Amino acid sequence: MFNLISMNIKRIFIYRFGKFTFILEKINAMGLIASFGKYLLFIAEVFRKPERRSVMYRLVVKEVSELGLKSVLFVVFVSLFVGAVVTLQTAANMEGSWMPRYLIGYATRDAVILEFSPTIISLLLAGKIGSNIASSIGTMRVTEQIDALEVMGVNPVTYLVRPKIFALVFFNPLLISMSMFVGVIGGLIAGVLSGECTATEFIAGIQYDFIPFKAVYALVKTILFAFIIASISSFHGFFTEGGALEVGQSSTKAVVYSSVVIIVSNYLLTQLLLG
Amino acid sequence: MIEIKNIVKTFSGQEILKDISFVYEPGKTNLVIGQSGSGKTVLLKCLLGLYKPDQGSILFDGEDIVTMSNKNLKKLRKEVGMVFQGGALFDSLNIEQNVMFPLQMFSKMSEEERIDRVNFCLKRVNLENVNRLFPSEISGGMKKRVAIARAIVLNPKYLFCDEPNSGLDPYTAILIDNLLQELTYEYGMTTVINTHDMNSVMEIGERILFIKEGMMAWEGTKADILKADNKNLQDFVFSSELFKTIKSRSI
Repeated sequence: MFNLISMNIKRIFIYRFGKFTFILEKINAMGLIASFGKYLLFIAEVFRKPERRSVMYRLVVKEVSELGLKSVLFVVFVSLFVGAVVTLQTAANMEGSWMPRYLIGYATRDAVILEFSPTIISLLLAGKIGSNIASSIGTMRVTEQIDALEVMGVNPVTYLVRPKIFALVFFNPLLISMSMFVGVIGGLIAGVLSGECTATEFIAGIQYDFIPFKAVYALVKTILFAFIIASISSFHGFFTEGGALEVGQSSTKAVVYSSVVIIVSNYLLTQLLLG
Repeated sequence: MIEIKNIVKTFSGQEILKDISFVYEPGKTNLVIGQSGSGKTVLLKCLLGLYKPDQGSILFDGEDIVTMSNKNLKKLRKEVGMVFQGGALFDSLNIEQNVMFPLQMFSKMSEEERIDRVNFCLKRVNLENVNRLFPSEISGGMKKRVAIARAIVLNPKYLFCDEPNSGLDPYTAILIDNLLQELTYEYGMTTVINTHDMNSVMEIGERILFIKEGMMAWEGTKADILKADNKNLQDFVFSSELFKTIKSRSI
């Protein structure tokens, strides 16, 4: 009897283990683990001492301009309209209810600060900046410019990737703070123009029950997402092999992987900080 | 002097380089010839330390780069100039910045001295008034010359060129070949040139290594080629009607 139970347990264990490995095989788990290990080694290389600090500072400033300042108009435009839409949708949901109108401002503020600006704008930036980074580094790889750096004795990861990561991690919080501000302003304009609430009511809502930690949480997310966008996109660009077609594929992969990792880490970070 | 001994390199189980040994002499243009896919570029990348051979040693003036630490390899690379097939100029930098790049990274020169050095090197490769142009704004031949200027800006001891005249018209190709030879004599560099251009072989081939399917098939000088009885070499070098005619007339 005991033997029979033991045999059954063994059989179930083997079956479950088999199924587990089958699933791992299906999702190419070993490939994913290997890629993750390669990514970690790549990140370790980013933090090596650069050849020339003065050159590095100049490159960071250049990347702030290329990746950050050139995204300002895009972020302002999107934030303004999405803030307006959030206000209109909130107002539509409150139609005919007993709730005070200042809650429109309150809901818009929280939606914009907690989720829209840090997460949705970061996802949009993953598309805009991520594809830019992956394709520019990928093109450098396939045209042997990265080999040229290596032959000269310059660490290509430190030279190309580090300034991008530093620039984005530094500038993204500013960009997202701007997005928060513009989003709320967009909401205010839409609320007033549609007659759903007065400016005084909306502003009262913005000030109602404000918890500064929520802004801190949003900025922490922003920094993490900036790191994710810059590092994952650079990683895919850096290991491009082939020609123009592969550069395009790397660019697509960079956007997809950055977006997926942003979504998952958004959940984990929210659970950690607000859960 | 660069000496390679019994180099073997394998990719995905396939042997690309099979036991190659050769001596690249200083102050001479050392040519590596062979068909596309014969392993020339892999050999060059082994010499540059971009690929590590599975077996054998690569001695730069007696120092083996295969077993060398990364730190020492980095130091050695400051004595190496490289001209890539497409030039590999940095798209985001103009010509002056491209040539100045190694100086900015590794020299302690003042800005003025750097500019002087850049202008000297550009002039040396017969390029003037191109400093503010970007790589996309110049021709293929000019790109190669800028790449040569960038390669010699730090006065290297070793110069490597991967098919420096591919994609160029015959006149410009010969100009580039002659320029490389002149620079080799001028700086006493050990120059290694990968090519499958027979004009180059006959023009500047002071020492030639012929590779066939990853194996060293022949070595000699341009004068030896006409007399060589190696069938693979003869088939490769005299594949065109022009060279067949030249050979028959010279015989």
